[in-house]
Amino acid sequence: MGILKHHGKIERNLLALVLGIFVTVSIGGIVEVLPLFTIESTIEKVQGIRPYSPLELAGRNIYVREGCYLCHSQMIRPFRDEAERYGHYSLAAESLYDRPFQWGSKRTGPDLARVGGKYSNEWHVRHLVNPRSVVPGSVMPGYPHLLSTPLAADDIADHLKTLKTLGDPYSDEMIREARADLAAQAAPEAEVEGLLKRYPKAAVGDFDGQPGRLTEMDAVIAYLQMLGRMVDFTKFDPAAADR
Amino acid sequence: MTAIRSAEPYLEDIVKKFTVAAVAWGIVGFLAGVFIAFQLAFPVLNLDLPWTTFGRLRPVHTSAVIFAFGGNVLIGTSFYVVQRTCRASLFGGEPLARFVFWGYQLFIVMAALGYVMGITQSKEYAEPEWFVDLWLTVVWVAYLAVFVGTILKRTEPHIYVANWFYLAFIVTIALLHIGNNLALPVSVFGAKSYTAYSGVQDAMTQWWYGHNAVGFFLTAGFLAIMYYFVPKRAERPVYSYRLSIVHFWALIFLYIWAGPHHLHYTALPDWAQTLGMVFSVMLWMPSWGGMINGIMTLSGAWEKLRTDPVLRFLVTSVAFYGMSTFEGPLMSIKAVNSLSHYTDWTIGHVHSGALGWVAFISFGALYHLVPVLWKRPGLYSLRLVGTHFWIATIGIVLYITAMWISGIMQGLMWRAYDEWGFLQYSFIETVEAMHPYYVLRALGGVLFLAGAAIMVYNMIRTVRGDVRDERPFEAAPGAVAAE
Repeated sequence: MGILKHHGKIERNLLALVLGIFVTVSIGGIVEVLPLFTIESTIEKVQGIRPYSPLELAGRNIYVREGCYLCHSQMIRPFRDEAERYGHYSLAAESLYDRPFQWGSKRTGPDLARVGGKYSNEWHVRHLVNPRSVVPGSVMPGYPHLLSTPLAADDIADHLKTLKTLGDPYSDEMIREARADLAAQAAPEAEVEGLLKRYPKAAVGDFDGQPGRLTEMDAVIAYLQMLGRMVDFTKFDPAAADR
Repeated sequence: MTAIRSAEPYLEDIVKKFTVAAVAWGIVGFLAGVFIAFQLAFPVLNLDLPWTTFGRLRPVHTSAVIFAFGGNVLIGTSFYVVQRTCRASLFGGEPLARFVFWGYQLFIVMAALGYVMGITQSKEYAEPEWFVDLWLTVVWVAYLAVFVGTILKRTEPHIYVANWFYLAFIVTIALLHIGNNLALPVSVFGAKSYTAYSGVQDAMTQWWYGHNAVGFFLTAGFLAIMYYFVPKRAERPVYSYRLSIVHFWALIFLYIWAGPHHLHYTALPDWAQTLGMVFSVMLWMPSWGGMINGIMTLSGAWEKLRTDPVLRFLVTSVAFYGMSTFEGPLMSIKAVNSLSHYTDWTIGHVHSGALGWVAFISFGALYHLVPVLWKRPGLYSLRLVGTHFWIATIGIVLYITAMWISGIMQGLMWRAYDEWGFLQYSFIETVEAMHPYYVLRALGGVLFLAGAAIMVYNMIRTVRGDVRDERPFEAAPGAVAAE
């Protein structure tokens, strides 16, 4: 271990020590993180992935605000039991527009990656207001205030603009129509043709069961109801997607 | 010139401030942990209010214990250690050090208030929003300046090993903090921002950060404490100088690679997962090298464990470090991780490290520091330190045992099939099965908190200058002769 004899030089030279540390700790990150931005096969090529609609985005921001990811993962692993419990394993492409990602690291509650469409809007309202009214053994907090808090989303167009700056494919039309789309998605009588053209498969309806009121509950349920529904897995070919 | 510099008195008032802050935040953090543990056992405690749900309070707990308690211990001890090992007073003097102190406390308060109000990035252990992150960056640069400046002023030719670890901690945390928190605010007048990376890249960046918050905040920084306070308390030199060198460079090189083990079997590419696993397993070696270096420092002074409960905290912490750093590589093996991931096993693992290693070595260092800083002949009561030690140890054992059982049980229940080939348990059945273990875990937390309350009492009496009338710890007969 002759090399150790020379370590005294580093111990007497602060600059050498700091540079040594910096270089030593940089290597792992350079090798593991940077290639994910350049290797094309990192994110599969699949049909159906689109950015969030304004109402879904507002709902997702509430999901982020409440720290739901601390108990609910959004990442199904490729195991038989997870496929049977939750559905097809999650693809990288499915969180392409997730800022931040919400894969989570703990399942105190079930995975939500494909919860969209599994329960009715009414069920979600009752469950979010008082989880134990529909799932007696649940340990989830109640969120009754979502039902009474009006959705504050006047600046939703600014959110879309910010995401566009970061590279998400929101068009000028989407940004221009953002506020109208936000309202239309939660109003069953509204004209939604444009909304569905811009955001295919978006769930539309009076989510919170309070006609005429746009609440945080509307937004959260709109988000939950689209989770995992963008990719049509009856047409999914893993081999082609990896290419 | 040298003589003038070394004649400057060490700045200790600032270390006192950090000590008090660390103890106070520790109590806040432990209390928050106990409360959210009870929430998982009794969900009515979420109170149906926006500000008191588990989702908002959990970051309050993690940030309070890691960044507030742990951070104040780290910065405070680093200011203490760097002055003594360099024989120089702090660079920038009292004003810059005070800025670091108050700036850091402001960071903590802004972060915690934000979580309660719902201002969060929801990236684990990197929850503070962009404006809080920017503020921390300013404070951290000032901290780096104080630390590096003091080393530059040193009158000792060599930079002591504890300072290598402190340096690695400060430099790497700066790199991780900036790298992981790049975000674009929606408006400069609003709190909300969107992360610069999305999806899989955000996941990898987050766990590059997240695992190395463990590696450099909770490990390298506290190893610095080990390399100063264990030899000091045992009155023995560090066991092996060569091992220190190998330990240091191997640890900081390997740790950075281990992040992907948080993302096994996810949509992260397999090559990255495999790298993460291989390096995590290799990390076992330097970790145990460090443990051996710490514990073997007691060679020839083992009898002190009987008479000095402060040293007992320090040495037990290193033993817990050894245990956690064996369990970690084990859990990073993909086959094991397929069972442990998403379960309480992870929570138990974190707490054997956080309570057993980080908190115990902090307690040891704080117990050592208080009489020195306040210039008292000794602690108010060594017996109470012994009581704290045992109550806290029993609490940890309860905690991690409960989490092993609940974690492995839940993992097995999720993948259990009945005789007809159907999933045997619904998800909610696996939740209900956790209840007794969640109660046990919370009780473990109560014991740990009770121990910390004893510490607070002991420290207050020490600062007041009281000495408890108690039977001293006596060395076993023949212990001296064994030397």
